[in-house]
Order: sequence, then C-alpha cells, then structure tokens
Amino acid sequence: MTTDALRATPKVETPLRRFLTDFFASKLAIAGLVGLTLVVLIAIFAPWIAPQNPYDLRQLDIMDGRLPPGSKSFSGMTYWLGTDDQGRDMLSGIMYGLRTSLAVGFGASLLALMIGMSAGLIAAYFGGWVESLIMRIVDIQLSFPAILVALILLAVLGQGVDKIVIALVAVQWAYYARTVRGTALVERRKEYIEAARCLALGDRRIVFKHLLPNCLPPLIVVNTVLVASAIALEATLSFLGLGLPVTKPSLGLLIANGFAYLLSGKYWISFFPGVALLFTIVCINLVGDQLRDVLNPRLQK
Amino acid sequence: MLVYLIRRLLQSAVVLLVMSMLVFLGVFAIGDPIEILINPQADQAEIARARNALGLDLPLWEQYARFLVNAATGDLGRSFVHNIPAIDLIFQRMPATLELAITATLMGVVLGVPLGMWAGLKPNSMVGKSIMAGSILGFSLPTFWVGLMLIMIFAVQLGWLPSTGRGETRSVLGIQLSILTLDGLSHIALPALNLALFKLSLVIRLARAGTREAVLQDYVKFARAKGLAQKRVVWVHVFKNILIPIVTVLGLELGTTIAFAVVTETIFAWPGMGKLIIDSINLLDRPVVVAYLMIIVFMFIFINFAVDLVYSVLDPRVRLSDAKA
Amino acid sequence: MRPNQPVLAVESLRTHFDTRAGVLKAVDDVSFQVAPGQVLGLVGESGSGKTVTGFSIIGLVDPPGRVAGGKVLFKGEDLVGASEERLRGLRGDRVAMIFQDPMMTLNPVLRVDTQMIEAIQAHDPKVDRKAALIRARDALGRVGIPSPDERLKAYPHQFSGGMRQRVAIAIALLNKPDLIIADEPTTALDVTIQGQILYEVQKLCRETGAALIWITHDLSVVAGLADAVCVMYAGRIVESGSVDDVLDRPMHPYTAGLIGSVPSRNRRGSKLAQIPGMTPSLLNLPQGCAFRTRCSHAQPGCAVEPPITQPVPGRTLRCFHPVGLAHAHA
Repeated sequence: MTTDALRATPKVETPLRRFLTDFFASKLAIAGLVGLTLVVLIAIFAPWIAPQNPYDLRQLDIMDGRLPPGSKSFSGMTYWLGTDDQGRDMLSGIMYGLRTSLAVGFGASLLALMIGMSAGLIAAYFGGWVESLIMRIVDIQLSFPAILVALILLAVLGQGVDKIVIALVAVQWAYYARTVRGTALVERRKEYIEAARCLALGDRRIVFKHLLPNCLPPLIVVNTVLVASAIALEATLSFLGLGLPVTKPSLGLLIANGFAYLLSGKYWISFFPGVALLFTIVCINLVGDQLRDVLNPRLQK
Repeated sequence: MLVYLIRRLLQSAVVLLVMSMLVFLGVFAIGDPIEILINPQADQAEIARARNALGLDLPLWEQYARFLVNAATGDLGRSFVHNIPAIDLIFQRMPATLELAITATLMGVVLGVPLGMWAGLKPNSMVGKSIMAGSILGFSLPTFWVGLMLIMIFAVQLGWLPSTGRGETRSVLGIQLSILTLDGLSHIALPALNLALFKLSLVIRLARAGTREAVLQDYVKFARAKGLAQKRVVWVHVFKNILIPIVTVLGLELGTTIAFAVVTETIFAWPGMGKLIIDSINLLDRPVVVAYLMIIVFMFIFINFAVDLVYSVLDPRVRLSDAKA
Repeated sequence: MRPNQPVLAVESLRTHFDTRAGVLKAVDDVSFQVAPGQVLGLVGESGSGKTVTGFSIIGLVDPPGRVAGGKVLFKGEDLVGASEERLRGLRGDRVAMIFQDPMMTLNPVLRVDTQMIEAIQAHDPKVDRKAALIRARDALGRVGIPSPDERLKAYPHQFSGGMRQRVAIAIALLNKPDLIIADEPTTALDVTIQGQILYEVQKLCRETGAALIWITHDLSVVAGLADAVCVMYAGRIVESGSVDDVLDRPMHPYTAGLIGSVPSRNRRGSKLAQIPGMTPSLLNLPQGCAFRTRCSHAQPGCAVEPPITQPVPGRTLRCFHPVGLAHAHA
C-alpha cells in the first residue's frame, strides 16, 4: 500500500488560485492577515486617527503624567491606555510608535532583501571564487547571533534611524543571500536555464528573468520571518538604549520608558506598547507560517 | 579525522584574526575615550600624557599590532574605567553569564523536549495544538518585554521572586554560583526563565518536527513490531534520533544565548558579561568592549567546534563520513 | 493446539483509510489461513493492499487507517479489538514481522546488540543482559552472519543491505515466533542475496515450525518458496489455492495475466504478455469486479461484485468468467 493509492486525482487550477485557496484554508492565517492589515493601516494613518500628536509639546500637559488607563485629562480628553511620565497619551504614543517600528522593520528588511538577493544570485550564477568569497562571508556572519552583530555596529555607529537601518540590513542580508543561493543552485541545474544559455541569452537576462522568479517563493517566506525579527530586534536595541533616538520613539523605546515605573506598579507605560509589539509580530508570524506551508513544495500533496 | 580537525582549527584561526581586525577597527571609531577619562579642565599637556600612557597617540596599525601581540599573550588591555586588565574584568563576570545561559538552556531542553515530543506524537489533539500555539507565541514574544512582564507579575504584583541581582552565591572551585543556594535559586529563576523562553519554543518545534518525522520511519514501526512498549519506542528509538538535531542547534545556540543574555542581564541587573558590555559601550571603555567581543568570538568558534565533536559521537554515521573525507 | 488448527485464520478482514477524498478500502473482505510450518505467498502489485493486510494482522495500521471489520484469529484468539497490551505481547514474540527495506528497518543510532536485546527483554524482562547477548549472538550466527560476536557491537550502517536484512530476520526469529510475516524482504536486495535470504528463511521456518506469510509481487519467489498462494488485487483476494494449482492452472484472468507477464526462458522468442492499463486508484475503483476494466474476459455482468466461490476443493475464486485452461492466455 503506497501513498499513490491515497492520492486523489488532482483538479486543474492555476497556481495563484491554488495558492490563495491553500492560504485561506487556515483560520489562523486569515486572522493574522486581518490583524496585520489593521496594524499597517493604523501605522499609516496614525497622524489622522490618533487622539493627540504625542510629539507636539504644546498638546502635552506634564500635570497629566503617569495617569492610569481610563483617566480624564484637564481638557476632558480620556486617556484610554493611560499616560507616560511626560503626560503623553499612550494610545497615541503607540500609534506613532507602530509607525516608526513598522517603517524601520519593513524598510530595513526590504533593503536587506535586495542586497542579499543580489549577492545570492551572483554567487549562485557565477560560482567559482566569487561564490566561495560571498558564501564564506555569509557563513561567518551567520555564525554570530544577530543581536551581537547589531550591538557591535551600533556601538560603533551611534544612534539614529539611518544607523539602526544599517545595522538591521547588515544583520539580515546574509539570510537572504543564503536562501537565494540555495534555491538558485537547484534551479541552475535545471534544464530551462541550460536552454536559456544555449539560446545565448545575456547573463543578466537569465538571472533576472529566469532564475529570480523561481527563487521568489522561499524568499517571500524568509522575508516575512525576517520582517518580524527586524521589528523585534529594533525594539530590543532601542530598549537597550542603542537604537532609535528619543525624538523618534518606536515601541521599544516606549517600553524602555516605562521600565523605571514598572517597579512602582505603573504597568501601563510598558505593558500596552509591548502588547502592540507582540500583536504585530504574532500576526506577521501567523501569515509567515501559513506562507511557508503553502509555498513549500515538499509539503504539497 | 585528524586532517579534518586540523583544517577546522586553521579555519577558526583565520576567522579569529579577521574578526579581531574588524572589532578593533570598529571599536576604534567609538568616540574618543580621553574626553570622558580626563578632567575637562585638563590642559593639552596632561591630555597628551594620558594619550601617550594609553598608547592612543600611536598610528592605528601600530595600535592593532600591539593589540595582537598582547592578545596572543592573554593581555587584552586595561579597562579605562576600572583600571584593571579588561580580561580579568570579563573573567570575573563570565561565570554569572555562563550560569544563566546554561540554566536557561537546560530549562529549555528539560521542558521543551517532552512537550515537543508530545505535540509530535499527537499533533491533532488539543494538547498538541496548544503546545504548538504556545511555541508560536514564544517565538513572537520579544525577550525584553517578557522580562518586564515577569518582573511585573512575579516580583511586583505577587512578590514571590526577587527581580535584581544574583542573591547569595556559593563558591565552587573558586567560581561563585547562585544555583547552589536557595536564595540564589530564587534570584536566577526569573532571568533564566526569561532567557529560556525562546529556547523553549525552538526546542518544542525541533522536537515536534523530529518526532513527526521519526514516527513515520520504518525503524519505529519495526521497533513496535518487535513488541517494544510504547515507552521504549518513544524514549529510546524516537528520542535518540531527534536528539541529534536538538543538541546541534542548542550547542550552536549556546552562543546566541550568551549574546542574548545582554538583554536579560540588563533587565534583571544580573552582574554578568552582558551588562558589562552595555555599560562599557556607554562609558566608551574601549579595551573592555574589544576584550568582550574577542572572547565572545573565541567562545563561538570553540562552541561550533565542540558541537561538531559531540555530533559525531551522537551520530555514528557522521564518524564514518568524516573518516572518508 | 490441535495439530490441524491453523496458526492464523483471517476472516473477512476489512481495513479502511479515512482520507479527505473519502473512505479508501485498502483491505476489503480478505480471508485466508496459514497452518504451522506452512508458507503462504500473498501476491499482488504495489497498492493492492498486501502490506496493509500484514500490518492489520498485528494491529500496526497507522491512522488514518483502521481495521473496520472481520476477524484475525491467531490460534483461535481474535486480535481485532484485542487490547494494545495483548497485541504488544504477541508482536515480536509470537508474531514477528520482517520489513521490505533493510536500510530503513534498523534504528541508525542504536547498536545492533541494543536492538536485539530489547526485543528479548520486551517479552521476558527476567532475561539478563548476558543471557540475552548470547541469544542474540546465536541468532546472528543462525542467519549466516560471520563473526557475530564482533558484529553485535556494530551500528546498522556498518552492514551491507543483505546483512542488514539478515539482522532483521535474526531479530524476528529471536523469540521463536509461531508466525512470521515477511513483507517483500528481498525486493530491495540483489538477486544473489535474494536467493540466499530465501533459502535461509525457508530453512529456519522448517526448523522451528513457524508459519510464514511471504508478501511479494514476485511470482517466481512464490513458486520456489510457498505452499499456498493468495493473489490480491485492489484490496481483495481474487484467487487462492495451493501454489501448484494456482500457478499451473490459474483461473482468475488477473492471475493468468500475472503469470503471463513473468519473463521465462521456456517462452523465449514469444511475445511477453502484459496486463493492459494501470492499477486503479483505490478511491476510484470500477464497480463490481475491480479488474474488469483491464480484463479481456469482462462482460457487462462483471459490474456486479463477484462472490467468493470454490470451483475446486481447496481453491477460492472471485470471478464470473474464469480462464478455462492453463496456459490458454500465456
């Protein structure tokens, strides 16, 4: 009795349709996608939907500092999630924080993707010493934990949005390079590349028109995972005081601000930004998990 | 095997050299330590004397060459701030970090392997699914935030466990350990749990995936066909097979755990190397930062090496292929 | 045990797999018997349900599969619905199994002695390690493994495929079982090794008086080894009887086709017969006789399920239009 007999006759369907059907088969994945969409929308429209602009000092009242959730301000506004030590509305702070965190996370990952992808494709396509050199660098870098590499870089570079993006890109490009090269190596041996070469198509055309599209599925999966980890890493570094400057508070910085007040029981300053961070990461991971299952050819029945 | 070992050692030496160069160059760029070491009112001559004493007036390459020669003899410079050899400072703090990292790793294995195997044996049961959901959550939870929440719940709200320091330690072979006293145990509980969380999720995943794959293998079915009790099939036949990837990953992860201890140590004021490096970065204590990074790099190379060796002991097939190579 | 009582009597066994696409009847109304010392060949193509039949006997069908009905009488005791503990006690002790791929059956990370001793101690915890080792060594010697003392300390990967299968056979024989189920144990091996293994197993069964069910797709193996044969197609036994009867005078067109498609020296030069078409998916079987879409004798009436008949004493058949004479279609 083999699995052949268990296999149902396949129906004819387009890859995209099949992908969508498979993806939406999981309720958790749908929930993740809905949550993620919500988070992204909040981040984009934060300046229009937030109750106050937490960085406009004229709108802040130091007298409202450290109010618990649900308190009312002098001006009658309700602080649903409380206020921080500056009298800043936490809800607004979180919305603006999401904006920064997501922008840094997505931006850094995208940049890392492009750099890593190019390096991986070059390594796989040209082989030889180019490949050895690139992959050796990748191997060495990946043998060190991301947080350590980022720590060293930030210690060297100092604070700033650009600095943390550089650190995140430096940490992540190697993952993309390895993924792309792995897939591209498999693809390179296949006949259609051989055929394209026989047609004397240019290197660039083969790489970008033929090799790249076939490397996309694993890249998408790795990308979702790495966006989540970039957001988490940025928050961690900001928490340690090595990441974003105080003028650009991400969720990590908000949490760090609340740390000092945690021991006196004022939990909300750290708690709610953390929940927002967690929610974002969980949503991305749920989507990523499902993408991995759907796009993994090994698991396809 | 011997050839393989020598090749690995050479490779490690090259990595160490390259890393030393990068670290040295990188750290050299962090501010000017003179600014914080010397009284702001100091005159030029005083500053020059200090520079000279610290060797900061030499050309970069000479500083590096000196650094290399000294490093080879175990001298990684003196801490500007503490005025003791940087390496001594780090070795003083290292036991605390290692104790924390190893306790956390053990926690992850002891809890994670049974949970993951359970989830792998009964993937469709409620318990199996809950374990998996928990592990997804564990992957998503940012370590530092969980640390804060642990403090909030167990230290502030419930008041059960202390949230800072190592507590009472006992000396074993000259090394201070917290896990040997009750007070120390209560102090290590929260930071170790915090650090273990990610590890736990990872081990659960690995154990689950390994178990699911192993139970489909003929050798498991054959073991059952021999009439072995389920307990023996699971704890000998499945367990020994899934252990290989878990040990490999955890071994490699020990370095990551030590690096991540930076976060946990900062939150729980655990006096280990991680807290030292953050403090040193903020104080521009260059020799300590360099020494820390070099030691970490060295540890990583050593760990990777050790994992390879352990791996070959655990998996008899590897020994053969190495001998051939 | 009365002398003529079969060791194993399978009656109307049904094993179903609940798949997303529907219920898959891997074993459908299968009945046969094996007497002590007898060798029964269970023949069929891959996917015909012969392996699942073997696993159903000792209760090792993995979900989503389940035994849906029938009886498995082992020395008169019904094993369908027997407790897991009872089945565990029988497995490897009274009923042993040998698997198809020797590369996969032995646990790669455990030494051979460990895997042998545990098989002994699982059924008799009182045997100490030393005594178990001696038994294991003797078992290795019996299946023709040279210097068994040293080989005990080895890991499976240090053996060749043939040697591994010998080890697996030695493990199966450790507790002198009453019944051995061998699931294509020689398929993955070279022809010369195959012959040696066949010879060893036959000899060992004769010595111990164990009954043997030999699952295979290879009729020539059955011809040389078995006393009786059951031919399976799409989860059902389409024909059974003594080896001489069935192979010399096949009645079911499928059996005849199988025999015809074995290359033979005697028929050299003549065209090799073949069965047209493919084994149907078990989810999508033709109604009635599952073979009718490939059968040259099929008539419209074959769309009704053929009952089991006994055309001659000692033979069973599931066919409305049996092949009349031997070799008529060869």
